[in-house]
Amino acid sequence: MASTLAQKVWADHLVYQGKDGAPDLIYIDLMLMHEVTSPQAFEGLRLAGRKPRHTDLLIATEDHNTPTVDIDKPNPDKTSAKQLSTLEKNCKEFGVLLHPLGDADQGIVHAFAPNLGLTQPGMTIVCGDSHTSTHGAFGALAFGIGTSEVEHVMATQTLSLKPFKTMAVNVEGELPKGVTAKDIILAIIAKIGIGGGQGHVIEYRGSAIRSLSMDARMTICNMSIEAGARAGMIAPDETTFEYLKGRPYAPTGEMWDKAVAYWKTLKTDDDATFDKEVTINAADLVPYVTWGTNPGQGAPISANVPDPADIADAEQRQATQSALEYMGLKPGTPIKSIPVDTVFIGSCTNGRIEDLRAAASVMKGHHKADSIHRVLVVPASSRARLQAEDEGLDKVFEDFGAEWRNAGCSMCLGMNPDKLVSGERSVSTSNRNFEGRQGKGGRTHLASPLVAAATAIRGTISSPADL
Amino acid sequence: MEKLTQVTGVGVPLRRSNVDTDQIIPAVFLKRVTKTGFEDALFYAWRRDPDFILNKPEYQNKGKILVAGPDFGIGSSREHAVWALRDYGFRVIISPRFADIFYGNTAKNGVLAAIMPQESVELLWKLLEEEPGRDMTVDLKERTVTCGDVTLPFEVNDYTRWRLMNGYDDIDLTLQHEDAIADYEKMRAQRFPFKPKTLPAKHAPEEPVRSARPVDDSAWAGPIDA
Repeated sequence: MASTLAQKVWADHLVYQGKDGAPDLIYIDLMLMHEVTSPQAFEGLRLAGRKPRHTDLLIATEDHNTPTVDIDKPNPDKTSAKQLSTLEKNCKEFGVLLHPLGDADQGIVHAFAPNLGLTQPGMTIVCGDSHTSTHGAFGALAFGIGTSEVEHVMATQTLSLKPFKTMAVNVEGELPKGVTAKDIILAIIAKIGIGGGQGHVIEYRGSAIRSLSMDARMTICNMSIEAGARAGMIAPDETTFEYLKGRPYAPTGEMWDKAVAYWKTLKTDDDATFDKEVTINAADLVPYVTWGTNPGQGAPISANVPDPADIADAEQRQATQSALEYMGLKPGTPIKSIPVDTVFIGSCTNGRIEDLRAAASVMKGHHKADSIHRVLVVPASSRARLQAEDEGLDKVFEDFGAEWRNAGCSMCLGMNPDKLVSGERSVSTSNRNFEGRQGKGGRTHLASPLVAAATAIRGTISSPADL
Repeated sequence: MEKLTQVTGVGVPLRRSNVDTDQIIPAVFLKRVTKTGFEDALFYAWRRDPDFILNKPEYQNKGKILVAGPDFGIGSSREHAVWALRDYGFRVIISPRFADIFYGNTAKNGVLAAIMPQESVELLWKLLEEEPGRDMTVDLKERTVTCGDVTLPFEVNDYTRWRLMNGYDDIDLTLQHEDAIADYEKMRAQRFPFKPKTLPAKHAPEEPVRSARPVDDSAWAGPIDA
């Protein structure tokens, strides 16, 4: 029978097929762990007298609430310090490999694993974090789970799951200059809505997707969850193999050939059908920015803030109205006229080396606008930071007036001191513009690194074309 | 997990309906790193009230069976709600109707959610209030509740009953397929020998990571449009 990529990966991990509507038992190739969603899972094992089934299929790092300055000093936040020291203690007790703060391989869970070459095509990868979908960029089936499932995976290396539905998002054609992966995914979410992918695994397909680098593919798969999907995937190809080759955990020699032969089978059969299909013309895409309080409330950067009065659907109208109130925006305002306080470049969505290069390419030779309070550049991983420093990007950022920080989740979710104050407005390369996400009362506009950098130069939301 | 067949202990009449999980345990307690020790958080707001039933000497830290009104456990999905009840000492919650997610979470944690008609709950409330602090018995095998001379039936599905009587948590249930897991692992090693293992650790070259410099924030005058 013809299968989709997601169905093939599922079938290759089937331990036990559920009967009479019971869930299947699926084998998990790799679980990534961090300080926030692991403590109760370890505690659960300890209380039940259990041990992890395969410590060699687990790996941990510190990211969610790590500070991005003074990493060599004691953490002043007691709750965060407790979570971090608990992770360290648990990893030691249970024998799980940990890359802690200060280690060159530390970073956001969804950045450090691809850096190490641990994320490979056809794997099942889970983590107690919804943006685990990032790893789907390699043709892995990767998704976020809850803390009790983290415990379940440690104990059994499996999960009980019902098969996901499949959805294809085709992006065909050539991307216009200045349009990035972030714009593609923001446009997709604006089109299908924040519930558009519910219960589905999205496979991103088409010539525009094929043309993207691995860093860009990760940006797209990362935000699948913002469209409500369980996971996002892109079939592996030469770009994928090229990225993996030579990384610490990538297979070598004969194993490499064997792996590539298998990876090449991981694509949707020509005659397979999806439960749902959407097509987008790449040539029509422009830089996108969100104006509201969910990632689906986005528009082309040259558009105006929508007017609730123009919206027929009562529920939509109400949602738009309350989003505009929270965001402090008047209907009809040109998005490009909105003044910004802070620019945040980073996160598991857009904090990789290519994102840093993109931002630096725009900032070079400029200085941030006086009205911009701060420009925070936070690499997604310590490796990306070191690489950027090798290339001299840190100097570009510092000359620009930006703050160059240590790797972590940082202002994406404000679990560390990097927060917006009430009423403060940011353009952020992260993934969620929910109320209070970046700090209580903070107002977030999601955008690409190019738009974020141009905004920092002009002080109002801008793209490089406006410079 | 501890098996549950028969529970005898103090019955607590909680004359409230729509008890939501925010009342059972407020969100502030979700920051903890433990899975036990939530007894202090149970009904945190209500327990500030000296007249709340769990503050009465007959019930304080003694309750084992909670008899509540309909729609118990509605709201947020937090499993902490069951942990708090369990840690306080409750092994059985009786209600005419439970919220779905809460109901699922009870069996996972060895707590019985017994469904009884409203009339039975009213009768139990009356019996318990006539003699505060009295014991009652829940027999899972017989599916009955006994309080003094009165014995009443309760509802529980066969699967949940089997799970609780055997003390199975989700992991135990999966491990019933342990042979299938072991078979899969054998096949996996043969068919996918190239799949990565995190141990022994493979490092790229070690490099020192220096701390970023803190930035002086004192000139910040607040948001532009605030």
